[in-house]
Formats: sequence, structure tokens, C-alpha cells
Amino acid sequence: MSDTLTTPGAHTRMGSNSGQPMTRRDGIAKVTGTATYAADNRPEGLLHAVYAMSSVARGRVTALDVAAALAHPGVVHVMTPENRPPLAQDPDDKPEGSMALRIEALQNSSVRYVGQPIALVVAETLEAATEGARLLAPVYAVEPARIGFDAGEAFEPESTGFGGQPNIDIGDIAAGRAAGTRHLDQTYETPLQYHNAMEPHAIVAQWQDDHLTIDTPNQAIVMARAAFAAFFDIPAENVLLRSPYLGGGFGSKALPIGPQILAILAARELQRPVKLALRRDQMFGPVQHRGATRQRMQLDMDDTGRLTLLDHHTTATTSSFDTFIEGASAASRNTYASPAIATSHSGVRVDTGTPGAVRAPGEASGSAALECAMDEAAELMGLDPLDFRLRNYAETDPQTGKPFSSKALRECYEAGAKAFGWQNRPLAPRQMRDDQGHLVGWGMGTSLFGAHMNKAQARAVLRADGSAMIATAGADMGQGAWTALAQIAADGLGLDIDKIDFRSGESSLPNGGIAGGSGHTATAGSALFAAGEDVIRQLADLATADPASPLFGAGNAGVVARQGRLHRADDESRSESYNEIMAKAGISELEGKGEGARDPGHAESRAMFSHGAVFAEVRVDPDLGQVRVSRLIGAFAAGRIINPHLARSQLLGGMIWGLGFALMEEGIHDKRTGRPVNGDLAGYHVPVNADAPMVEALMIHEDDAFVNPLGVKGVGELGITGTVGAIANAVWHATGVRPRSFPIHMETLIG
Amino acid sequence: MNLFEYLRPASLDEAIAAARAPGATYLAGGTNLLDLMKIGVQTPRTIIDISRLPGLDRIERLADGATRVGAMVRNADLARDADFAANYPAVAEALLSGASAQLRNAASLGGNLMQQTRCSYFQDPHSACNRREPGSGCAALDGETRNHAVIGWSDQCIATHPSDFCVPLAALGAVVEVAGPGGTRDLPIAQLHMLPDATSPGGTTLAPGEMITGLRLPPEAAAFRDNARYLKLRERTSFAFAVVSVAAMLRMEGDVIAEARLALGGVAAQPWRRAEAEAVLAGAKPGDDAIAAAAEALMAGARPSGDNAHKITLAKRLIQKALHLAAAGTPAVMPALPASVFTSEPAERGEPADV
Amino acid sequence: MPLSISLIVNGEQKDIALEDPRATLLDVLRDRIGLTGTKKGCDRGQCGACTVLIDGRRINSCLSLAASQDGAEITTIEGLAAGDDLHPVQAAFIETDGFQCGYCTPGQIMSALGLIREGIADDDPERIREAMSGNICRCAAYQGITEAVIKANARMRDTQESQS
Repeated sequence: MSDTLTTPGAHTRMGSNSGQPMTRRDGIAKVTGTATYAADNRPEGLLHAVYAMSSVARGRVTALDVAAALAHPGVVHVMTPENRPPLAQDPDDKPEGSMALRIEALQNSSVRYVGQPIALVVAETLEAATEGARLLAPVYAVEPARIGFDAGEAFEPESTGFGGQPNIDIGDIAAGRAAGTRHLDQTYETPLQYHNAMEPHAIVAQWQDDHLTIDTPNQAIVMARAAFAAFFDIPAENVLLRSPYLGGGFGSKALPIGPQILAILAARELQRPVKLALRRDQMFGPVQHRGATRQRMQLDMDDTGRLTLLDHHTTATTSSFDTFIEGASAASRNTYASPAIATSHSGVRVDTGTPGAVRAPGEASGSAALECAMDEAAELMGLDPLDFRLRNYAETDPQTGKPFSSKALRECYEAGAKAFGWQNRPLAPRQMRDDQGHLVGWGMGTSLFGAHMNKAQARAVLRADGSAMIATAGADMGQGAWTALAQIAADGLGLDIDKIDFRSGESSLPNGGIAGGSGHTATAGSALFAAGEDVIRQLADLATADPASPLFGAGNAGVVARQGRLHRADDESRSESYNEIMAKAGISELEGKGEGARDPGHAESRAMFSHGAVFAEVRVDPDLGQVRVSRLIGAFAAGRIINPHLARSQLLGGMIWGLGFALMEEGIHDKRTGRPVNGDLAGYHVPVNADAPMVEALMIHEDDAFVNPLGVKGVGELGITGTVGAIANAVWHATGVRPRSFPIHMETLIG
Repeated sequence: MNLFEYLRPASLDEAIAAARAPGATYLAGGTNLLDLMKIGVQTPRTIIDISRLPGLDRIERLADGATRVGAMVRNADLARDADFAANYPAVAEALLSGASAQLRNAASLGGNLMQQTRCSYFQDPHSACNRREPGSGCAALDGETRNHAVIGWSDQCIATHPSDFCVPLAALGAVVEVAGPGGTRDLPIAQLHMLPDATSPGGTTLAPGEMITGLRLPPEAAAFRDNARYLKLRERTSFAFAVVSVAAMLRMEGDVIAEARLALGGVAAQPWRRAEAEAVLAGAKPGDDAIAAAAEALMAGARPSGDNAHKITLAKRLIQKALHLAAAGTPAVMPALPASVFTSEPAERGEPADV
Repeated sequence: MPLSISLIVNGEQKDIALEDPRATLLDVLRDRIGLTGTKKGCDRGQCGACTVLIDGRRINSCLSLAASQDGAEITTIEGLAAGDDLHPVQAAFIETDGFQCGYCTPGQIMSALGLIREGIADDDPERIREAMSGNICRCAAYQGITEAVIKANARMRDTQESQS
């Protein structure tokens, strides 16, 4: 990685902190158990709340045995639609233009999915609240559940995800179809998937007059603060949202959910702090999920194996009352070159909660289908899958025709293939066995994820002792933001990292944007860097204007900040320390502010993506169809890597998510009742340690002068893309059977 | 979880006397009972904690060559007992393939034998379930049945018994020692878990107030020590219940099978053992034909209870694989992934497969 | 009538009047004793986040009634470091990046320590993976976890050898 980067017109360059494989700054807190997650807060007088969940998918609650719950020792309050205090915002309203989903906060007695909150029980102990909720024994007027693609109501969505365009055609579709001499038409299915972060959503809510303090994990702290405030008719500033540690988010912890609102209401009603932590079975209800998809892939190729048309149509499930469509077809807009690309989406309304963003929302499912289809097309053409992909390498963005801000995908293919040993791969399936007689197969997939940025602010204060405070309300859900952002912040200030007091994870700090879309390091990092630059600019102004300074007359462009000193760029032996400069100017503090957002000109002129190539080796028992992934090697190019140690972890984690997607994750709801039949961690399988024997992520050098001044893209979601297809393709290569439904079950492979 | 009275009796007699209270249940390791209480499937009024009753935590070799294991011996301790594991390697392998290291450290022998089905309709108090509520029906029929029974089921119940441990125990003809209000009795393990029939959903045959105090492996059980395997198919590499599992044990005389023991897990409401299948192997060489015939014999009468016909195919194939592996000999050391079909160590990092 | 139990938690005796027999060891540690380092991930023995050592053995504290543990010695994540000196397992987890969000980490570390004391995995990564499979890490830091166990095991062995 390049460890220095001169930012145009700035005084500073990336210093010694960025690029270092530093261990996590919150590591000691996390390994000693002192890291405080939301549910670890125990304010004086705390009450415990548990919500009762609907056990039917559609209908109405007609009776609740509130008396039985209240009679249970320790229960102090039962909140139902009958007595729920009013909210300033209807939970069924979606504020115009905001990222929001309809939620359930006891606005009425209707039931629209299994697991919906239908009452809240508050008690002196968790045990009492839990049993109180059970004793409510709800009675329902039940309507039939609609579960699955064929039972739900089909519709044409106006958007995918949060505001994505559902249907985009590129080029002349009819001409592309006509030009193809070879044709592939296959359909792939992906199931519902649940985030299942290890930390179930939790909140501790406390009121003091009209000021609310909530300890709750959140991926978009300042945005969420406003969203919470709107429900309670208080200014956003009256809400203090503290989220120093998130026990994983994966997209599920950005938007308020009904149970949080109810806990806050109860705290106000009872004038005592209230804690609510979801049980694991409640993580299959109101916390969003990845919608199921059915994706029809039609690929047309000419005789040389070049795509003439890529047609990707996705049908995705959403809830009966809100729309979040897994935008899977979008994966086909930017990955491979084709003169014609048709992408479209349909929706099906079913009686589940509303889906939402799950790690690589759209991209993960779409990549799975696209990479499988590309592999099948390569087979059709008699080509090596990597060769086929190279023949369809997109030199410019297929969707817009714009140049990429950077794209080292070719290098990823090369490095990944080399590390994996791809050149020895037999073309035909079922050619390799290990010494135990298991079938061995090799497959690959391309990874692609947009280099997104949102908007963030940061504030830096340089102190007279040469240390600095620097802050942004960022969120570290495990991706390592506290470390990577602090590294960037230290570089912006030209300080060693141990000289900075980095503050984050709390809504009173400047808006850190959203830890989502893999854009947090880029966005919040840019803001922090800019805040540091602002301080340095002021410092340089002081020094260069001071006749007694060795920097006098150096001019703004000629100063470099490093390790607490400003140096003349043209003569680094001439320097002055920050504290000397401040002392001479009689200043005890220098404050700087910064914003992080993409340069609109660059955003307009370039297409911006992270890329990668994943190679998978699987072993399959030929008689039994049990699959084990024995090697997974990814090579990724994602711009500048701030912390290779942590970026690698993110990539490995993403790849193992891909493994889970390919082989085990599947939220199953009973078609008659809508109830999850595997709504726990024994039934909803996520990978365990033994599933991930050998996973490696190579990071490929990539300079990017356009994405942002830091040159940072993102790595959080990249790894899951590419991997699902790579594993499925390896399974085919091992067995000769094309799995087209995820997860891949052993019965699919045994014939 | 409902409120209950917690009792910790000092003796077996006290425990059995306490169990006369209506709604009383025994608590041992807690890994199944507490779980079911948390999801509202079991609602005992009195909990009798027997985890510290004296004398139930021993593993003893008896004079006649039998082995006696106390009901409170923890799964992990039994599996790691060197003498036990050497004599009953398939039992140790089954134990180590079950649940997780933490659960095995807590779960008791008695509790493992008494564990309830993992049928998700049994685990959902809102669903009809004849086992949980006799006469209410079976919601699993026509439900999500990929993992349900394919043999020995009825319309009353299509659940499977989830234990790994019980499968080789059944194959070895273990005897369960039971104590209760009427005294003590021995119960062949084959009679512990009842299959459903036209009118009953099955379940265990213990009478109210009875408790398992121990288990005996008969003297002849150790004779299979040199040719014993337990194999388990599952939907992830570890920490998952069996889709299908097999205990296969052979007593070889030269290259001929003198006696075979064979039982299946994950396919029925009890560990599935049939004398006919073992008889097919007795006196035969462990070749493909005899082994295939044994698999057919063990699965005779199998029929899908729903979307699970594949389990019949998988079971037959897994039986054959397990028998072949058993014939090849008990592994010298416990496989790194106990009961896994993937016995090979993965290739070194970055090296292509040895193909 | 409350049950009186006493636990030795991280070497310190805790006498507890258990007003509710339903309280699990996990909830007593977190809510009554205030040791919130031990985490609740599933409350049903399916994830391992609540792993503690009871009399030296790794156990899911969510599936154990506190009442049943009367008199037991409990070691939680808070009991490992000696002041500022991290336990070798803790230090190894940091070095290998054996965690991301950190939520499963106390359970992973207690499980790793339990495993090392069991002495069954040695340095075989495959045996370690299997033995650590009762601790789910949704961030999937499994590579680092396995490396951390190997590293810590080696260091603890060295320390033992140098002391003997």
C-alpha cells in the first residue's frame, strides 16, 4: 500500500498511521469484558421490558390476558394498543425522503407478521417480564398466511432497497438478443436470510424531563437520533444516543424498530429507566431480513464468448405493508461488459416483517445468480470460467460508459488465480478427487461493490500540550472504525496516534454519517482528515506569519505536518512543534472542522467500485452430498487500505458470510402459519469455526485519485459478493450438478 | 419461564419422594430442560435438582466385563475417559459429535437419554403436537418436514429422536437403570424410546417419578472395539443435529464378520436398530453386496413422512460408508472432526488439492 | 422465600439471596452481581457467548440455574487479567484479531481457556476449530480465533515450563 498521499492543495499528507496493521484500539476493552454494549448498562432503578410477539402472520389480536400478566409477581406494567400513550409520529408513516421503514409500536391491534410486538410487559426482573409476556395468552382473529413466492401478491415495485431504480436497460436489448449465437436461460433462488448479529438489539432508555438518553447499538447515530426524537415530539438535540460498541449490525441496526420505541415510552410512562433486549427468537421478526429472490438470468453470447446481452430479472419478497426489494439485478449493471444489459425487478408481498439492508443488500444475492450464470455460460462456451470473465472484462462501467475511478480487477484475477493454483484446473467437472475419495471442485466468482460515500462532519481540537481531541459520531460494529478512523484522524493532524483522543459512538458529537454501504471509513474518515487539515491550516497560518518561526514565509503550500511538528516542504530540517507555535501565539486551543462527502465533479465523471476475485475449493462426498469448503482465496482491490490487519478481517468475514449464504443460511417459515420453523441459532445455521478451515484475503494495491482525498473505498461488504458463486461453481465442478437454489442442500447433489 | 419450586434433595430416596408432587420434574445438566422451559414447552411446578446426588457420577468396569456409567456422568467426561473410549470408540465418537464442547461439559448421561425431540412443531407451543399435548394433532404433517422421520412414524407423530449418544448405545444393547417410586428396574434401551403408533405419539416409557440412575454396557459390547465407527451427516461441519447418523460396529474373526451391530439416528423416534440387518452381516465378508444388503434390511419399510425421501437414500448410503469404515478398523486416534465424513486434514494453506 | 446461595466468582465469595429461582447463572452474573462481561447471545446454549468456567470447565451459563451452582467456583472474563497484565489468551486474541464486534469475545476467550486446560486440541488447527465450534462468531473471525488458541497455548506451555 502506498503510505503517503499528497492531497491536492493541502498542507499535509497521509502520515505514518494509515497503512499500519495496528491492532484494535478497543481490543483491550473487548477482551477484558469491559466494553459496554447497550444491554450492559444498569442504571439505578432499572426495569426490564419484554414484548409479547404475535404467533400468527395476519389478523388481529382480539384478547390479551393483561390481568394474568399483572398478577405475576414483579410485573409493574403492561402496555397494549388500548393504553399505549400517543406518539408524535405514526409508526406507519414514512417521513418523505428519509431512509425509513414502517414499524410496529402498538398503533393498533392488527397483526401483519409472526413475531410482531403485540404488547409490552415491564417488570422488576427480566424473569418476571418474560413470564408476564407469556401469560398474556393472546387470542387472535386469524387470516390465512401468505408465505412464499407463489402465495404472495405480485406487484411492480417503484424502487429497490432504499430508493434504487428497479428497471434499467442499457443499450439495445433486442439487438443484443438477436446478436447472440449461444443462449443461457436459468433461474436461481435465494431464501430469506436473517442478520443474526451476535448482539440482539437492545436499548436502555432513561428520561429526565424532556431529555431522553438511550443506550442502544446504532449504525447511523445522528440520523437515528432525529428519527427517535420525531416519535416523542422533542428536538433531536434532546436525545442522547450512546452506541460505543455494537455487537454486530450487518444493516439491521440503523433504523428504529418498534420495540425500542415501546421501551422509551415505558420509561417515560413509569419515570424509571427501562431495558429491553431482544431474545434470539425475536431476531426473526421486527429487525428486517434479506428478502428471498428468484432470479432469471438470460445471457446471450457470440461465438467468441463475448456477451451480447445480459438480462437479469429479480423477483423479491417484501412485506404486505412496506417495500424493500432486494435489488439483486443491479449486480449485472456494473460487473461485465455487454452492449446490452436489461435489469428489472418484481415484488411479491408476503406475511413476514419488512426486509431491509443485510450485508451487501442486493449485491450478495445478485452476485450469487450472476456468477453462477457466468459459470454456466463459460461451460456452454467450453471456456475456462476465468478466461470467459476476462473476455467480458468491463474496461469502462457498463451502465454509464464512464471510466472507473480505479479498477485493479485484472490484477485481482491474476493474484488470486496464482495463489490458488487455478491454472491446473481441469475444464470438465468431476475430474478431481482427494485421497479420501471425495470429489474436489474449483470455482470462482467476481466481487463487486460500490464505493459509496454519504456525508459526515468532524471536529478537531488541538491542545497546547500538543495532543488533540478529534470527534465524529461514528459507529464501530466490528469493522474496526475506532481504529481506522483514529489512524486517519491522527494523520490529518500530523500526530502520532497515541497523541489523539478520538471520540466517537455518541450522538452529541458531529454527525459521523452511516456505517453502511461500506462507506464509513471513506466518509467519516474524510471528515476527520479534513478537520485535522483545518487545524493544520490555521497552525500553518500562525507559523508562517511569525517572523520568529523557522517556517516564516514558507507559504501555505510549503508546509508538511508530521509527528506534532510543521516542516517546510522544501527543507524538512526547518520545523517547529505545534506547542511552540501555539505557545508563541498565546493560543491554548485550535479548533478545526471538516466535512466528508464526495467531490461532485468526480462523482459525475467516474464510476466507483471495489473489485475482487474469489476462488473456492470444495470437497464433496460423492454419495452423500455433504460439502466442505476446503479453501477460499480472495484477492481484492479496494483503494487505499488504512489498516491491512483489520481490512483483512473484514474481507475474511465477508467471505465466510458468502460461505454461509452458499451452504447453510435459510430462514424457513411454515407456509400455513408463517411461523419460523428454524427461528433460533440451532435451526438457522450460520457458519461455525469448523466450517471455515482455510480462508485468505489478498489485498491488491490500488491508487484512486477520485473516490475521495483519502483514496479509500470499502471492504465490509465486498467479500460476500463473488464468494457465493465461487462456492456454487466449485460444487458444480466437483459434482457435475448445478446447484441453482441456495443454500445448497446435500439432496440436490446426490441425484 | 414459569415460577417453580426449586428443591435439591440430598439422596436418591428423597428425590424420588419429592417427585410425587404434581408437575415435578428432575433437573440434571439442564441443557434440555431449561431450554424447553425458556420456550414454554415445559412448565414444571417443582424442579428437583439431582445434579449433585451422590453416587451417580462414576464410570465403573464391573467384574463380568460390563461397564456401568452413572446417570450424572457428563457427556464430555465419558467420551474422554480413556478406558471407556478405548472399549466403546463409537460411543465416544458419537458423544463428541453432539452439540458443543460446552454443552457436552454440562449434559448428563441421563439427560441425554431423556432429551426431547427437536421437531420445531414440538418446540412451538402454538402448534398442535400430540407429544406435547396428547390429542391435539401433529402440525408437522404437511409442514416443513425435511428433517423428520422416514421410518417407524405414524400420523400421530413424525418426530425423530435427536441423540447421537443413544445410537451406538442402542446398537450395543445398553441397559438403562431406572429408579422410581416402585423401586428400581432395568430397561433395555430399545424399550426406552417408544415409536408412535396409530393412537400414540410415542415418547419415553419412564413412569412418573422414575429417573435414570445409570446405564450398563453388557460384557460383549467391548468386543466391537476394533471395528467401530459413528458417522453423522449434518448441515454444517459441527454443532448441528444429525440429518442421518449411523453407528456401525463389527466383531471380526479374520476377514469374516462374526457379529455386527448397526443403528441409525435422525430417522425415527428411537435409535433405529433391526436384528435382520445385523443378521445379514453375520458370517459374511464385509464386501459391497453384504453391506448393501444390510443397509436395505435396516431401512426396510422406510417411507417419507413428507419432503424427506432423500433421507432414505442418505441413510442407506451412510450405513454402507460406516460399515466399510468400521471394517477398515477403528481409527487409532479420535478423528479431528468426530463422526464427520471428512476425515482428511485439509491441505496446507495455499496449496492446491492433492489431485 | 429467597434461596441463599453462595458463589465464588473470580476468587471472591458472593452470597446471594436469590429472590427468583428462575434466574440463570448468566442473569445472576449480569444483573445481580454486575459482571456484564459475559454476554447473552441466544440464551439457549446455541451460540456460546455466555461461556464461563464453572469449577474449571467451560459451560453455557445461560443453561444453568444459578441455584444449581451453589458453592461453585465461577471464572468469568473479568477474572482473567491481573491488573493491566492481560491473560495470554486475551493478549493472543488481540494480536491475531480474533474478533471484530467483540460481543462473542468473552465467551470465545473463556471457551479457548477451557479448551487449553482440557489439553485435547494441542496445536492441531482442525481439532481447535472443532473444539471452538460451540462459539459462534457472526463476524466470522474464526481464523484469528484458531490462531489465538495456538498462540496462547504455546505461551502458557512455555510459562508452565519455565515455572516448573
